[in-house]
Amino acid sequence: MNVDPKRPTFLLDGEEVPFEAGQTVMQAALAAGHYIPHLCYHPEFKPHGSCKVCTVQVNGRTAASCTMPVQAGMEVQSNTEDLNKKRQTLVQMLFVEGNHFCPSCEKSGNCLLQAVAYDLGVMSAELDYLFPNRPVDASHPEILLEFNRCILCELCVRASAEVDHKNVFALSGRGITKHLIVNAESGRLADTDIAVTDKAMEVCPVGVILQKHVGFRVPIGERRFDRSPVSAQALEDAPRRPAAKREGSA
Amino acid sequence: MAEPRSELDVILERYGLQPTALLQILREAQEIEGWLPPATITYLARRLGLPRARVEGVAGFYSFLHLERAGRYRVLFSDNITDRMAGNLELLDRLCSNLWVERGKPSEDGLVLVDTTSCTGMCDQGPAILVNGWAIPRATPARVDQVAELIRTGTPVDQWPGELFEIADNVQRADILLGTALEPGQAIRAAIDRGPGEPDERAFNERSWREGIAASAQGPTATLEEIKRSNLRGRGGAGFTTGLKWEACRSALGEQRYVVCNADEGEPGTFKDRVLLASYADLVFEGMTVCAYVIGARKGFLYLRGEYRHLLAPLQAVLARRRSDGLLGREICGQAGFEFDIEIHLGAGAYVCGEESALIESLEGKRGIPRNRPPYPVTHGYLQQPTTVNNVETFCAAALIALKGGDWYRGIGTAKSAGTKILSVSGDCARPGIYEYPFGVTVRQVLEDCGATNTQAVQISGPSGTCIDATEFDRRIAFEDLPTAGAFMAFDEGRDMFEVALNFAHFFAHESCGFCTPCRVGTTLLCHVMDKLEAGKGSQHDLNRIFRLNRLLQASSHCGLGHTACNPLFDTIKRFRPAYERRLESLEFEPAFDLDGALARAREMTGRDDAGAHLGVEE
Repeated sequence: MNVDPKRPTFLLDGEEVPFEAGQTVMQAALAAGHYIPHLCYHPEFKPHGSCKVCTVQVNGRTAASCTMPVQAGMEVQSNTEDLNKKRQTLVQMLFVEGNHFCPSCEKSGNCLLQAVAYDLGVMSAELDYLFPNRPVDASHPEILLEFNRCILCELCVRASAEVDHKNVFALSGRGITKHLIVNAESGRLADTDIAVTDKAMEVCPVGVILQKHVGFRVPIGERRFDRSPVSAQALEDAPRRPAAKREGSA
Repeated sequence: MAEPRSELDVILERYGLQPTALLQILREAQEIEGWLPPATITYLARRLGLPRARVEGVAGFYSFLHLERAGRYRVLFSDNITDRMAGNLELLDRLCSNLWVERGKPSEDGLVLVDTTSCTGMCDQGPAILVNGWAIPRATPARVDQVAELIRTGTPVDQWPGELFEIADNVQRADILLGTALEPGQAIRAAIDRGPGEPDERAFNERSWREGIAASAQGPTATLEEIKRSNLRGRGGAGFTTGLKWEACRSALGEQRYVVCNADEGEPGTFKDRVLLASYADLVFEGMTVCAYVIGARKGFLYLRGEYRHLLAPLQAVLARRRSDGLLGREICGQAGFEFDIEIHLGAGAYVCGEESALIESLEGKRGIPRNRPPYPVTHGYLQQPTTVNNVETFCAAALIALKGGDWYRGIGTAKSAGTKILSVSGDCARPGIYEYPFGVTVRQVLEDCGATNTQAVQISGPSGTCIDATEFDRRIAFEDLPTAGAFMAFDEGRDMFEVALNFAHFFAHESCGFCTPCRVGTTLLCHVMDKLEAGKGSQHDLNRIFRLNRLLQASSHCGLGHTACNPLFDTIKRFRPAYERRLESLEFEPAFDLDGALARAREMTGRDDAGAHLGVEE
C-alpha cells in the first residue's frame, strides 16, 4: 500500500505500516490490511488482552498486540513459526478447557474459535482435556446459554455493560474455576432483563449465547467461515473502526 | 431476612456506601452468617448501586469469601511446603476425623469446614492454621485436639484461649533497620528540615506547593534527592529504583496522589512484613508519611493480606496514636498544608493482589486482576490518579534514609544493591526467623547463621524465585546475583525436591487469577503433568511438555505470576533431575510399534529414501 510520508509508521513483519496516534498494534495492523490472529479482540470494544492469541514480538519482547500502543519505528514480528506455534497451543488450551464438540454445535462455521484453529492449522487438542462440569441455562424462552463453550473473552460482559447498559453478564470465580454468571439472584438468565435485540446477543465469538428457534436457518457449509478462512475475512471487520465516542476507544 | 439486613446497614454506613469499599464490606458481611447468602449479595448491590453480578463476581474471586454455606468455623491449614514438612496434612486428617468431617466439605450441620489454604506467612512457626481468619501457629496434635473441642462446644473464637494465637517475631539477626529505635516523627521532622543538598537542585517545591505545602519549603525536593542518592531499590522483588518511582509520581499530572503500602505478603516462605508490621509499625507509617510529603499525597492505604487479620487492630491503634500525636492528619509536625492520613484495607486470600496493579483494583473494590500496562500506577494508579506503591520494607528503609541521608545508606551493601535485606528463613534449620543482612551476604553465611546442616537446596524468594543447589551456596543475596523478596527456604538431604516443585505447581494453579489463557489453563495443565509424574506414570514426553508450557507462559502471560509459574519446576528439573527420573515409567519413551520402520516397504516401492520419506522426530 502507499505510505504517506507524513504519517508515522512501524514495521510489521518487515513491512512498513502507517498508523494513527492512539492506536494499538492490532488496530493499526487491521486498519492497514494486515491480519493478526485474535479471539477476544473486537473492533467495537476497548481491547483487554486476555486470550493472548494476538501475542507478537515488539522490539524483541512479547506483548499482546491488541493492547500494545503502537509507536513510530516499532519493530513487530507476528507471522513467525514460533509465534504461530504458541498461538496453536493457546487455542488448544481453550479447546481442552471447555467442552467443544464442533460437529454437533449449531455455531459451527460461524465460530471464531473453530475458524482461528483451522487457520492456524490446529489438528488436534494434544493437551489433556479438563472436561469441566458446566450445566446449560435454558431458562429463558428465547435464549440459550451453553456455558460449555465459553472461552471467557468477556465480550458479552463488555457489550452488556457498555452498549446495552444492563450488566447482564459478569465473571466470577478465579483461575481455572473462573466462569460467566448472570445478573440474577436465582442465577438464571430468565430472571435478567436481557433481550434478543441486545448487543450482548451478537458478540459471542463461540456458541455460548444462542437465540432459540433459529439455529440452523443457514445450513452448515454456507456459513461465514465455511466460505473462506478467517484470515481472509477479518479485515472486513476492520472498517468498523472503534466507534469514536465509546469510552476508551481513543 | 429483616434481622441480618439491619446489621448489613450498619456495615454499609460505616463505609459510607462507597463502592470502593466493596471488599471490606463483603468481608464484614460474611461474619454475620459465616458466608454470603444470595439475598445478602442482592441487598449489598442495591444499596451500593452496583450490578448484582459484579458484586457476586468480586465475592467469587477471593478465597476467604464464601458464596456457599461454609460453616460457622472455617479451619484452614496453611499448605506451604514448610507446613507440609512439619506434618500439616497429618494434623488436618486428625482434625477431620476428630470432627467427623471430610476435607473441603462443610459439615452437614453447618458447624465447620476444614480445608487447606496457601502459605499464611507463619513458616518460622508452622504448621499454621487460620480459624475464621485468625492465625494459630505451632500446631501440634494436642493443639488440634483442643481446637476440635472448642469447635464441638461451639465456643466463639474470641473466647478461645489467647495462648493459641500468640505469634512470635523470631528476630534472629538485626542490622540497621531492625536495630534502629526511632522516635515516632523523627524521620518526618528530618525530611521537613532538610535543605537542598546540591547547588543545582530545584529551589522551589512546585509539586507539593500545589498540594498545599508552601512553595518555599525545600524539604520535599531535598528528601527526594536523598532517596535517589541512596540507590534504594524496591524490596518486593522487582527492584525498581524507589527515588525514580517517587519522582515520576510527583511529576505526574493528577488531581490527587496516593501512597500505597503493599503488605499483601503472599509469596510462600515470606513473613518479614508480618514482623515489621507487628513490631516496627511506626517505621512503616513513618516511611509512608515521608513519601506523602515528597510526592504530595493526602491519602495513603496499607493493603494488609487477609492472613494477617490479627494485625489489624494493633495497626489501627498505632494509626490512632499517630493521629493524636500530630503525625497524621492536618498540619503534620506543625507544617502548614502537610495533610496526610492512612487507611487499612484487608485482603481476602488472593496472592495475585501482591502485583501492584491487581492490588489497586482490589483497593477499588474489584476483582484483583492485574491491569494492562502501560500506563503504570505512578501515572494512573488508584482511581486513575498518580500512585506510589511500595513494599513494607521499602517504606521502612525510606524512613531511615530521610533521617540519616542517602550517602549513609548507599555505603551499606554492594555497589548495585544498597542497604540491607531482611530474609524470612524457614525450612530445615535450627533457628528459623527474621535475618537482616547487608546486601552481598552469601547463601552459605545465612545457612551457617540459621543452623542449617546437610542442606541440599535453598529456594530463594519463594516459588516465583530461584532454587539453588549446594554448588551455588557461595552466590550472594543481591539484585545483581540472587534478587529476593525475602523468602529463604532451606531443604536438607532428606527432602525430595520433586515434592517441593509439586507443592509450588499447585500453589500457582490455585492463585492464578484466570484472566489470561496461558496462565489460567497452563498452570492447571502443569499440575496434571506433575500429578502424573507423582503417580509414577510419566515419561520423557511429560518433561518435554513442562519445557514447552514454560516457554509459552514466559512469552504470553499477562503478569509475573504466569511468567514465573514454571520456575520451580524448571529449576528443580535442571538441578535435581534424578528426583524426576525416579518417577518416570521409562526414561526414553519407546513405542513398541516402529512407525518409520513400517514405511520401509513404501519407500522401496517409490524408490525414495530422502528425509521427506521418513517420519520426523516430534518436536
